[in-house]
Amino acid sequence: MKEMEELVAEVPVLSGLAQAHLDLIAGCAQNTRFDAGTYLFREGDPADRFYAVRQGAVALEIHVPAREAVVVETLHTGDLLGWSWLFPPFRWSFDARALEPVGAIAFDGACLRGKCETDPELGYALMQRIAQVIIERLQATRMRLLDVYGVEAAT
Amino acid sequence: MPLSTEPHTSSPADPRVLPRVGFDSLLAALQARGYRLIGPTIRDRAIVYDTLESSADLPVGWTDEQEGGTYRLARRDDEALFGYAVGVQSWKRYLWPPDVRLWRVKREGDSGFAVIPEEDEPPRDAYIGVRSCELHAIAHLDDALLHVPEPDAMYAARRERVFVVALNCHQAGGTCFCVSMDTGPRATFGYDVALTEVIEDGEHWFLVQAGSDAGAEVLAELSTGPAGEREMAAADRAVERAASNQGRTMDTTDIKDLLYRNYEHPRWEDVADRCLTCGNCTMVCPTCFCTTVEDVTDLEGDIAERHRQWDSCFTMDFSYVHGGSVRPSGKSRYRQWMTHKLATWIDQFGTSGCVGCGRCITWCPVAIDITEEVAAIRADDRGGPDQLPTERPPR
Amino acid sequence: MSAAVAARRDPLLPDRFRVTGRTRETADTWTLTLEPVDRDPLAFAPGQFNMVYAFGAGEVPISISGDPGRAGPLVHTVRAVGKATAAICDAQEGAMLGVRGPFGTDWPLAAAEGRDVVVVAGGVGLAPVRPIVYAVLAQPDRFGRALVLYGGRQPDQLLYSAELAAWREQGIDVDVTVDIATSSWTGKVGVVPQLIGRAALDPERAVAFVCGPEAMMRFSAEALLERGLRPEHVYVSMERNMKCAVGQCGHCQLGPEFVCRDGAVFSWPRIRHAFRIREI
Repeated sequence: MKEMEELVAEVPVLSGLAQAHLDLIAGCAQNTRFDAGTYLFREGDPADRFYAVRQGAVALEIHVPAREAVVVETLHTGDLLGWSWLFPPFRWSFDARALEPVGAIAFDGACLRGKCETDPELGYALMQRIAQVIIERLQATRMRLLDVYGVEAAT
Repeated sequence: MPLSTEPHTSSPADPRVLPRVGFDSLLAALQARGYRLIGPTIRDRAIVYDTLESSADLPVGWTDEQEGGTYRLARRDDEALFGYAVGVQSWKRYLWPPDVRLWRVKREGDSGFAVIPEEDEPPRDAYIGVRSCELHAIAHLDDALLHVPEPDAMYAARRERVFVVALNCHQAGGTCFCVSMDTGPRATFGYDVALTEVIEDGEHWFLVQAGSDAGAEVLAELSTGPAGEREMAAADRAVERAASNQGRTMDTTDIKDLLYRNYEHPRWEDVADRCLTCGNCTMVCPTCFCTTVEDVTDLEGDIAERHRQWDSCFTMDFSYVHGGSVRPSGKSRYRQWMTHKLATWIDQFGTSGCVGCGRCITWCPVAIDITEEVAAIRADDRGGPDQLPTERPPR
Repeated sequence: MSAAVAARRDPLLPDRFRVTGRTRETADTWTLTLEPVDRDPLAFAPGQFNMVYAFGAGEVPISISGDPGRAGPLVHTVRAVGKATAAICDAQEGAMLGVRGPFGTDWPLAAAEGRDVVVVAGGVGLAPVRPIVYAVLAQPDRFGRALVLYGGRQPDQLLYSAELAAWREQGIDVDVTVDIATSSWTGKVGVVPQLIGRAALDPERAVAFVCGPEAMMRFSAEALLERGLRPEHVYVSMERNMKCAVGQCGHCQLGPEFVCRDGAVFSWPRIRHAFRIREI
């Protein structure tokens, strides 16, 4: 059984952080498990935590009336899930459903926000890494907006 | 006609003198051998290459005044048979015709069809008055259509049969720049017979020279006189006049690299403001070889034909892939034409694609001048991060 | 390949083939199997294409997507995007089509000998690379590991779904993603570069063959280079307007390249400028 510090150090997006920062982050972390088909959270729920997926797959879904729910992205081993904890109103903007049994590290949002307030260096280092993830996700989303596989041009 | 670009050496190539009055005997000798004569003639107030019966059909005593976007005929003060620069179109009209049928298919049985290949009867043509730039142009067409892994059969058939009577220019055109392109004015290869027309001191004659066995055989039938130093000097003077009166120049130093590093040059926008993408340049250019295929069906839907027709990279359809044209802007299409002609042609075929005939300058309705465009980019060489590799990496 | 060129009687004349089978892959894509009417079966190398003709409707370049090791039926997967392709997709069993080919350069499998083969495809782009997978399955000792990274728009627009599963069974590392899906899809939703980012590949050993829409190939090649593959080990298949397929009509030119003859398969260093210079 690994220590939480070790597990946190293994999260790809947190690699390269100083040990002291990793320890601080580990202090806000705990292991979680989800059965296949269960929801990690739903749109509108309070976003008081975020996750690092250690195994399994999570579908990010958006509910559209009179249609089947749309999966806008899937996340997998090593991916960070959730940034709604960063800013008010701290509410999830989509559903997250486990596609298969999921093991994840859950980070307490309020706990981490507090530590970032008191330790700006930690805050900056963490925000840098999270921004990187958001940029990559945004770029991938933009690629899908191009609808390259469509017959007609997207515009 | 000799398919090689090497100067002919295996026949007696001593120049002879053919008086003007004997010129029709040259034409007659070719007709007697079953050749259809194609040469310059006046039609619709322009000099075009069409069928000839005799020297009376030639533009005797006429010249062309060519400038950017301008073409006029004018009377000369002599009776020169070839006193003009180049015809509106080129010999490509006859070697690589604007419209040919490639094959037919006929519906057959249950949802089937039979393929009916063409029985191509290639003509035996003699081209009269081919300029050196045009000989180079024909060699460039050979590079694209003949000296390739899959040579075109129709082109090869016409090419093998043609008899070429070249004409060393004695007068350059207003838009000519063969000297810059090293393609003239003197013909050095690719002809069966070469003529230089001399009108001096009240005399009118031709210096004639064989460039092949077939050419020597024809010349042997004509009444020609010896060509001494006086005649040779006169002929040289005539050609020298053409060389020194060029209408344009183009600096071709490292031109491939120059254009390869300037694909994003603002000059292309400048040209795009003027270019109508009308495609005239591609129609009159003697080396543009692009074609399209058109499949047409008869009214009953029983027989379908495929035709190969001249096409131009200036059309929107030219680069269409599903979704749209790869080159939607006029800017990219002008750039495609010019960079192909002057740069990518070099990577493709080892030479420039331009022979300096000036037709594109003359026939552009807005007088875009390829020599000017090159000079403008050269004078403001930007280079840039996005460029074509000057040496092609391995496939 | 040059032997095939030398033996070709007239590259402009179509050979007659009959449709012997048709499978609907997606709403607008069919796979046809064809047998020659009066010529030998058509031998080809992976990556090559034919010009396929439907009576009176026209002719289009279509990659050959069958097994290069099997002399026999000619296989084409065609998407109906225009008049000619719609007519070809409409051809029923017994119908006759015209075929000229094969043309073009092949995926250089020799460059992947002893190395890991990474097949990266998007949309209908899986068809031109399927022959690579067949070749790898036929000669497993010739290559290292094999991966197939495949992306499509939606689950019902993926090609060869059953075969993808079969390849997994046969030891190929198959990873599939779609741009968007409904909640009944249990696979990945994302883009191909993301598959490349997480693929279990050794950049030193990998040779990648990439085929799909040009933007997808551009982003995928960048992701492969980001993973550390050498540029000369990344190959792409380009598409341009083609009329003759023998380098004489001029339509397919891409810089100095005639895509029909110098391509369609190119190494990244040879063709990367085509992705950077707009409207080239």
